[in-house]
Amino acid sequence: MSAQSNSNWDRRSILRAAAGLAVAAPLAACGSNNGRGSGSGSGKQLSQMFHAYGEAGTEQAVKRYAAAYKNARVNTEWITSADYESKLFATLLTKNAPDLFEFHPQIQLVKSGQVADLSDIVDPVKNDFNPADIKSHTVDGKVYGVRTLDDPQFFFYRPSLFEKAGVKVPETLDELIEAAAKLTTGTTKGVFLGNDLHAVVNPLIWSAGADTLDDNNRIAYHTPGVIEGLKKMRRLFASGHMLLGAPTDYWDPSSLSQGLCAIQFCGMWAMPQFQQALGDDLGVFPFPKTVDSGKPSVYNGGWSVFVNAKGDNVEAAKEYVKWLWIEQKKYQEDWATSYGFHIPPRTSIAAQATKLKSGLGAQGVKLFNEYGHFDNIGWTQAMISASWDVMADCVRKDGDPEAALDKCDKAVERELKKLFG
Amino acid sequence: MSTTTKPALTSPAPVKSRPARTRRGLRGSRTFNFWLFISPFLAGLVIFVYVPIGWSVYLSFFDARFTVTPSKFIGFDNYTYMLTDPKFVHSLGTFTVFAAFIVPTTWAMSLGLALLVNRLRFMRAFFRSVFFLPTACSYVAASLIWKMSLFSGVRFGLANTVLGWFGIDNIAWLASPDPPWYWLVIVTARLWLQSGFYMILFLAALQNIPGELYEAAAIDGARPGWQTFRHITLPQLRATSTAVVLLLLIAAYQAFDEFYNLLDKTTWGRPPLVELYYTALGTEQDYGAGSAGAVILTALIIVVTLFQGRIMGFGRGDESK
Repeated sequence: MSAQSNSNWDRRSILRAAAGLAVAAPLAACGSNNGRGSGSGSGKQLSQMFHAYGEAGTEQAVKRYAAAYKNARVNTEWITSADYESKLFATLLTKNAPDLFEFHPQIQLVKSGQVADLSDIVDPVKNDFNPADIKSHTVDGKVYGVRTLDDPQFFFYRPSLFEKAGVKVPETLDELIEAAAKLTTGTTKGVFLGNDLHAVVNPLIWSAGADTLDDNNRIAYHTPGVIEGLKKMRRLFASGHMLLGAPTDYWDPSSLSQGLCAIQFCGMWAMPQFQQALGDDLGVFPFPKTVDSGKPSVYNGGWSVFVNAKGDNVEAAKEYVKWLWIEQKKYQEDWATSYGFHIPPRTSIAAQATKLKSGLGAQGVKLFNEYGHFDNIGWTQAMISASWDVMADCVRKDGDPEAALDKCDKAVERELKKLFG
Repeated sequence: MSTTTKPALTSPAPVKSRPARTRRGLRGSRTFNFWLFISPFLAGLVIFVYVPIGWSVYLSFFDARFTVTPSKFIGFDNYTYMLTDPKFVHSLGTFTVFAAFIVPTTWAMSLGLALLVNRLRFMRAFFRSVFFLPTACSYVAASLIWKMSLFSGVRFGLANTVLGWFGIDNIAWLASPDPPWYWLVIVTARLWLQSGFYMILFLAALQNIPGELYEAAAIDGARPGWQTFRHITLPQLRATSTAVVLLLLIAAYQAFDEFYNLLDKTTWGRPPLVELYYTALGTEQDYGAGSAGAVILTALIIVVTLFQGRIMGFGRGDESK
């Protein structure tokens, strides 16, 4: 016996409701979740985009600074994608574009009117910034971004393993190849340069005495020294002494910490984690010279904050950038030294940073000052991609370096023509 | 004397027919109901499929770098650029290698699994579920498991651990195209992910083959096993096989997730969709060239599908052909 339902719902009304819901669902999906939902300040709402840092506490720190700002509610998007640049570029085309974002200085962002001129907020304190940082953010005398961190990248190694294998700190790429061979054991590879080798493209160029672009924005990397360096890199890659296919990439300290390799290319940001894992058994050295005519090099990477000139809140975003990255020195020091080790781009703050005054931190600063090369604003993401392809084509794939560089030239020339005519 | 009694014929009571409810207004309109149910899906299709396709075709004729609302019309320049771009052309070659291997392998593996499961006397549902379960797994998740756990290049990757037992040194499966171990990683991941789904299709088709055919074949002297499979089962599965091959080919054309996640920023092992992703959404942000590539790829898929349909007789709807 079936119980009769007293409900007013019959089959047709349920189906009608379902149809109504189906109509409503796509419309609801077109809602306005643009990352401006929450924040703690008053007045305007701003959104900012940051790439996910590996160091614990960084996300909380960025949100804490934002929460302390009283003139606007600042919401933070923390992007964990490995492809931050693609995600950022794609988002900048939409209505959900952030008001301010973290990236590297690249001229196409200036030429396309994507980033706002920040000269008025930077100029008063220009002399307190590392001059190289100001230079790398300047186009036609205008400053387009504020550097928040300087991140020198170099080799970390374990002196105890060097001693055991009778190896000295390499001063040339050939010596690095020899050291890697001697340091390789059944369980440990000699050296780790990252899974895709992208991190060492620029150091390889600089250590060969070349550059990405010259002062007139012409190709400067296609030299015999670089070709020689690429051949040596291929030798190292094929030697079996290089760690490949590691679970984490070069920016994470795990490969050296866990004993997978004896030398790891990484950034100064990971120094505290290295020290925690290895104690005093830790040393640093720059990327060695590729050829005799070259010179050791350190890539002074880092991050900067930019204001989206195409956004609706340019002035409010500039105010926030001024407040946090110009005025709040306490936060700037906290950001640079409390989580990983970074060099504050403000000389007055760097001078106070006690953690960088002694020990390995001081050695990192020394390498930064002695061998450092900063970003070239004319070296855009598309050119960077083309240079990565060189590494893939002739080091990982054993192609002809000359042909790989020719291919890169074509892509870079195409970019240069678009940017500079 | 016999007496017969005729049963009294009684006419059945007339059935009271309820007068049909007259429907008024829209509720009574079949057309309205049709559109009520169709419109949400149609709206979704138009907004999320047809408009983007149309926009993509529009973009393909413009210089659209770092913008999706371009103004500079450049005619067929993007098409010329893509068709002469060695990377895009090479990606079609990569696809060909991939498809040439993955389509027949998956077809054979899913048919084999279906035949095995179909022969089971017990626990058929269990094994059917076991083989089908990977279909529910995300390609991205599977790729990461394959990359970081099974085929990690270090000593604690599963494959390297097994090789280590035989004294073989670690292999960096995904680091280099020479030797091309990365194909092993990609193909095994995809086989694991999709064989179960096609197994279900074959299983359904196998269970639709009338038993009388096998009985008749046995009476005619056909030996069970290969002969029966070759002359009864396989021809009966023709329509399903055609559909499976077609679906596999389209899936191969659309391969993205595992290539993108397993081979991060290489210059090899890039099928067309990955190449187009890097063109349009990568560092170049060239939506014009990317859209032109997408149109070329779509045209190619249509041509191959029609050609394959013609060869294999897809759409004739007759199992026995």
